[in-house]
Amino acid sequence: MRVSLNWLKDYVDINKDIREYCEIMTMTGSKVEGFEILGENIKNVVVGKILSAEKHPDSDHLIICKVDAGQEYVLQIVTGAQNVKAGDMVPVCLNGAVLPDGTTIKTGKLRGVLSEGMLCSLSELGLTLNDFPYAVEDGIFILQENCKPGDDIRAVLNLNDIAVEFEITFNRPDCLSYIGIARETAASLGVPLKLKTPVVPSANDGDHIDKHLSVRVENPVLCPRYTARMVKNVKIGPSPLWLRARLRAAGVRPINNIVDITNYVMIEYGQPMHAFDYNYISSKQIIVRNAKAGEKITTLDGVERTLTPDMLCIADGDKPVALAGIMGGQNSEILDTTTTVVFESANFNRENIRRTSREVGLRTESSSKFEKGLPACNTLPAVDRAVELVLELGCGEVVDGVIDVLNTDVEPRKIKFDYKRVNELLGTNLSFDEMAKLLEPLDLRADNDGYLIVPPYRSDIVNTADIAEEVARLYGYDRIAESRFCAGIREGKLTPFQKFKYSINDAMTAFGFTEVYTYSFISPKMYDKIQLPADSAYRDSIRMLNPLGDDTSIMRTTALPSMLEAISHNTNQRIASCKLFEMATVYRKNPDAKDASDYSIEEKNLVFAFYGDGDFFDAKGYAEGLFDYLGVKDYEVCADRENPAFHPGRCAVFKKGNLVIGTVGQIHPKAAENFDIDETVFAAVLNVNAMFAAHDSKKEYKPLPLYPAIERDLALIADDDIEAGTICANIRAYAGKSLTDVYVFDVYKGKGVAEGKKSVAVRLTFRLPDKTMTDEEADNAVKKILKKLDSEMGIVLRS
Amino acid sequence: MKEQLESIRKQAVDEISAVGSEAELDALRVKYLGKKGLLTGILRGMGQLSAEERPVVGALANKVREDLENYIAERSAFLKEKELQERLILEKLDVTLPARKKTLGKLHPITQIENRMKEIFLGMGFEIAEGPEIESAYNNFDALNAPADHPSRDFSDTFYITPEVLLRTQTSPVQVRAMRGKQPPIRVISPGRVYRFDEVDATHSPMFHQLEGLVVDKNITMGDLKGTLSIFAKSMFGEETKTRFRPHNFPFTEPSAEVDVSCFVCGGKGCRLCKGEGWIEILGAGMVHPNVLSGCGIDPEVYSGFAFGIGLERVVMIKYNINDMRLLFENDIRFLKQF
Repeated sequence: MRVSLNWLKDYVDINKDIREYCEIMTMTGSKVEGFEILGENIKNVVVGKILSAEKHPDSDHLIICKVDAGQEYVLQIVTGAQNVKAGDMVPVCLNGAVLPDGTTIKTGKLRGVLSEGMLCSLSELGLTLNDFPYAVEDGIFILQENCKPGDDIRAVLNLNDIAVEFEITFNRPDCLSYIGIARETAASLGVPLKLKTPVVPSANDGDHIDKHLSVRVENPVLCPRYTARMVKNVKIGPSPLWLRARLRAAGVRPINNIVDITNYVMIEYGQPMHAFDYNYISSKQIIVRNAKAGEKITTLDGVERTLTPDMLCIADGDKPVALAGIMGGQNSEILDTTTTVVFESANFNRENIRRTSREVGLRTESSSKFEKGLPACNTLPAVDRAVELVLELGCGEVVDGVIDVLNTDVEPRKIKFDYKRVNELLGTNLSFDEMAKLLEPLDLRADNDGYLIVPPYRSDIVNTADIAEEVARLYGYDRIAESRFCAGIREGKLTPFQKFKYSINDAMTAFGFTEVYTYSFISPKMYDKIQLPADSAYRDSIRMLNPLGDDTSIMRTTALPSMLEAISHNTNQRIASCKLFEMATVYRKNPDAKDASDYSIEEKNLVFAFYGDGDFFDAKGYAEGLFDYLGVKDYEVCADRENPAFHPGRCAVFKKGNLVIGTVGQIHPKAAENFDIDETVFAAVLNVNAMFAAHDSKKEYKPLPLYPAIERDLALIADDDIEAGTICANIRAYAGKSLTDVYVFDVYKGKGVAEGKKSVAVRLTFRLPDKTMTDEEADNAVKKILKKLDSEMGIVLRS
Repeated sequence: MKEQLESIRKQAVDEISAVGSEAELDALRVKYLGKKGLLTGILRGMGQLSAEERPVVGALANKVREDLENYIAERSAFLKEKELQERLILEKLDVTLPARKKTLGKLHPITQIENRMKEIFLGMGFEIAEGPEIESAYNNFDALNAPADHPSRDFSDTFYITPEVLLRTQTSPVQVRAMRGKQPPIRVISPGRVYRFDEVDATHSPMFHQLEGLVVDKNITMGDLKGTLSIFAKSMFGEETKTRFRPHNFPFTEPSAEVDVSCFVCGGKGCRLCKGEGWIEILGAGMVHPNVLSGCGIDPEVYSGFAFGIGLERVVMIKYNINDMRLLFENDIRFLKQF
């Protein structure tokens, strides 16, 4: 809400510096977003009187003027404009003048003739024909204002003002008006509010509105109040300067006196108004009704709009003449030829205005006010104010009588006022009288029976908390003392799952991975990029009804594509190597959802990926190192040749029983290519919830070994397709308790090893708990293992 | 024989003093003190001596052996020290050459800020509550007293899954869940990811992160809210930090406030960061609306509470002087490594 201080001062004295005023208003809840000192960008421009205007000797189009600009001597100014003559009063830029576009004017020579300044046009002063309709567009602005040479042009043109921009919160539609802001100002500054009730003397000419017009409201729910007055013998013309200046300060374009009055009243009272040309209202009646299906109206903006029955329109006997509360129709527009005017001042249902405005795609100053919920109490004073202005401007004669169809309550309400509870909520200790005194300037009156009388325009005040807010903001939030609430001591603790997630972050950063944040929503194309088959369950994503675009339209079921995008960003920056991780939420539909509040199942994926340094076994090592740190034990590792996102020969899955913990592997070269990645990428997708289920954080001390271990390295020849994991598992099974570790340290194929075979080098570690194991005992244990390997698996010692 | 012993000693001492390496020294040890060494040879010939001479010569021989052993040990220590010194000189490095990089990974700046905030509130006895990001419109709006026609409910403000299910626009529904689940006293914070219908630009993101807090108990006042946030602001931004509460309007609190903290760059004098204001708007807060309490089964006549919320991206951007929010989600390692 943009407010002109000059105008606001009609209702309240502002005895503060502008910065101080803004600060005070902000601290009482009318937040000031900024202010603009109008005319600030015009400097050294004054009124000048043209004494003579003669042709330039060396130019056909230049004119040399002698100008009395109230200076010590007469100025000589050369102009290119042809519309000046002796006696004209014009705006004159003196030497050093600054114009709104930043131009500085200096004394100089034009075609050899001295020019001590410049004569200004309207646009050079940042103004338009709407501000001064009598001016010309091309040429010097010939002033018709009351002024004398040397007057500051800003004062003459009413440019000396300050516009303050207020942020009005959703609960205070009453502040979308000068009167509302004035009331807040008065309460905040502790000064009186000077409100005038419009005075409309009776014409006593025997005429009455009822002779000319009737109003029927067919839908009182959508139109709780409709008030109308009439003006005859109207003389359409421009509004006076003061009115135009005020509209301009409020950011509204002046049009003509009648339209300007409706806008002026809307700004002053916050009550949107409309003016109809009575001569185009057929059957002399106004019917407020739902539109008929397919009914059409061309609104003032020249657009033909087709209406539906859930829209409210203002109609005459035949046709719609306005889209209620949004915009009038062209068929009854105020034109220069208009002689009789009907002023409409009505109240409409906010929800219906909002919906209609959206459906027809038209949002106006009027509709945006109605949408916020206006009080019905203002329609009558607003329409009275409009006709009062008609009289003041002398642009018509008011027809006696008002039509006021009222179908709602406009009386003040009484609500319980428990001042003790207000103190309890705020932590203050104010007396009843102190509170009542704070509330009074807002027209909130405490009676002696424990009630607060609330005016109809304050529909936001319904309970004790609302009263507490009014008290607090006028008392001053800054005066409420800080306190510490009393509460029993207790541990502010993390849940086991929250601690688990902290541990994952610790481990991953310790491994050198940096955390990324990716969007939870992705494009369905991402699933193609990781080569998911068409029937993959992962494609069954939760979909948005109104996504920003296809690229962000579904909630991801896997965070792998997001990670690959992050990797791609870094490879494309030509960064040589990079290790990234994310603990990402993934989403799927909850098949057992009972209601809207458990629609989804949301789990955490730990995704990590790297390139440029390391291989598959590093990736697997990070995963297993993490498992070890988290206490995830006794899991199996199996090759996975089916995961389409990964290299079919370089992908492993971790399982514990039926629980799949996750996958690690090299990203499939085609998938990498789909993400525009030209590096070999290794990645893992681990299910954090599964790791949590599989982990055991219980720790127990095991005594350190008392006796030394003994090691034996074996080179075994095995069939190529026997996995190392199987060999190790069998060695463990064949050996006795003395075997404490099996570790594959080399695999060799090629020269010296038969086709289809491989040499697997394993290191066996033996240890006895109660004595030092002898070489002989170790050799016997190895012999036993070798015998079994040979007989069960056809694995022999390499010779 | 005495002369012989003395001459061996002299000869040995001369030779030992001349050697330059451990290996040469070992050779001398063998030459004089070994099984077939010169001294050993003398001792072997002791049998030919008279009974009077034998103890005298024996004592002398032992003395010579002892002296030579000591002398060899001494020489050995000297040589070792010399070799060490020479090696140390050879091993000299140019320590100004670059290090071989050892880096830990970094947590995302938003996680770091979130963790710091959690730490502060955990210290004040808060618990951390979590809830789904895909939420019911009821929990996200109705239960939080948002009017049926509040613009935040529009398709142009909120992402919907169905007309009743949406991507939460705030973490406040977690507070609703917390309140519905149990009776006061309640003291929780709820950090998390939230969504709003905004195109990506330097200051907007359709996805961002919040941390909200809630306290409900008997006798909770607005003064308590001010006190709690004052502690938080001092912990988060420094002991000198001041807070300023301005009236505002939120559907789920009444009275409501926007909370500014004194600018931590200029200390309130006014600078570029705070746009000359001296204050930075950082939190929304207020007393929990009675409709919200009663909607969750808590009697607003008996209990009262306060709630607050803070946007993590905003804090990260202000704290690290980041002027484009897109950097936070672009995941450029050169950016992420800076925090």
